[in-house]
Amino acid sequence: MKTLKELEEIRQRTLESVNLRKDRTGARVVVGMATCGIAAGARPILMAFLEEIKNRSLKDITVTQTGCIGVCRLEPMVEVYLPGKDKVTYVKMTPEKVKRVVAEHLVNNQVVQEFTIGAAEKND
Amino acid sequence: MQDLSLHILDLIQNSIAAGASLIKLTIYEDKEKNWLTIDIEDNGKGMDKIAMRRAADPFYTTRSTRKVGLGLPLFVAMAQRCGGDVVLKSTKGKGTSIKSGFQLNHIDRPPFGKLEDTITTLILCNPDIDFVYIHKVNDDEFKLDTRDIRQIIGDIPIEHPEIINWIQSYMKDGLNEINGGVQ
Ligand SMILES: Nc1ncnc2c1ncn2[C@@H]1O[C@H](COP(=O)(O)OP(=O)(O)OP(=O)(O)O)[C@@H](O)[C@H]1O
Ligand SMILES: [Mg+2]
Repeated sequence: MKTLKELEEIRQRTLESVNLRKDRTGARVVVGMATCGIAAGARPILMAFLEEIKNRSLKDITVTQTGCIGVCRLEPMVEVYLPGKDKVTYVKMTPEKVKRVVAEHLVNNQVVQEFTIGAAEKND
Repeated sequence: MQDLSLHILDLIQNSIAAGASLIKLTIYEDKEKNWLTIDIEDNGKGMDKIAMRRAADPFYTTRSTRKVGLGLPLFVAMAQRCGGDVVLKSTKGKGTSIKSGFQLNHIDRPPFGKLEDTITTLILCNPDIDFVYIHKVNDDEFKLDTRDIRQIIGDIPIEHPEIINWIQSYMKDGLNEINGGVQ
């Protein structure tokens, strides 16, 4: 059974490495979390990002939520913001796609074109 | 919605949209009485009488020019299907409470789903909001209060991956301990 005491240990351990500045400069991952997004599987997508970030020990990436991104039939949707770059919107996400977005976009700076909203609309 | 944890995630989105800074979720499984209650309380901007009527009535929302609201009507329909109901109370400027009760063993009752993932998601995505989560099974209780966590971690942001991971496994263990949220 975990206890609150462990939190104190985590605090000690992370205190030096943690970025205490409020003005975060890293990447931002935003998951659409309205009713349509949740019903389509937004939560497992968010958990998959969390898992990948943990496994790769990535630093300075913010994972957050927004309301309705707009196109219900393309949910779950994710927006990725890299500093100084245009927003990229990924649609119909799956945990498998998350792995590629993390590896290619967040780590290697290469947009995964085939998953973007632009590619999805071309196919319509 | 496939499970209760997703309904809860969705209902709490309403509290977040209403600007709440403190959101309390209480789940009570009374196995003897075969009764399950799920209550959500927030200190958001609340609703007046007209907005309340609109929130509870999907047909009214459908007719309005704005987007159709689905979250609340879906939850009410689920509770009623399981031999229970939902009571909505709200005071403009003060906050809103949703109290629901329905049969624990009803054949149509959706599974609990991953409650720890719902709370983890909420804390991660809304680090400025405080959450209280109480889960009771008969006389046993598990409780998580982000205010207690903040007190211990001090300057470390609550959305730090290490803290979030800890919160997630703390809930998983805690629920296991009381046999809460099983299927
Ligand atoms: N906790 C709350 N505080 C204040 N207003 C609320 C609250 N819950 C619901 N409402 C009001 O009731 C409306 C209907 O809620 P509901 O969840 O059914 O739909 P929605 O949130 O508008 O859209 P959707 O859930 O489909 O994304 C909301 O738009 C809001 O105005
Ligand atoms: Mg809603």
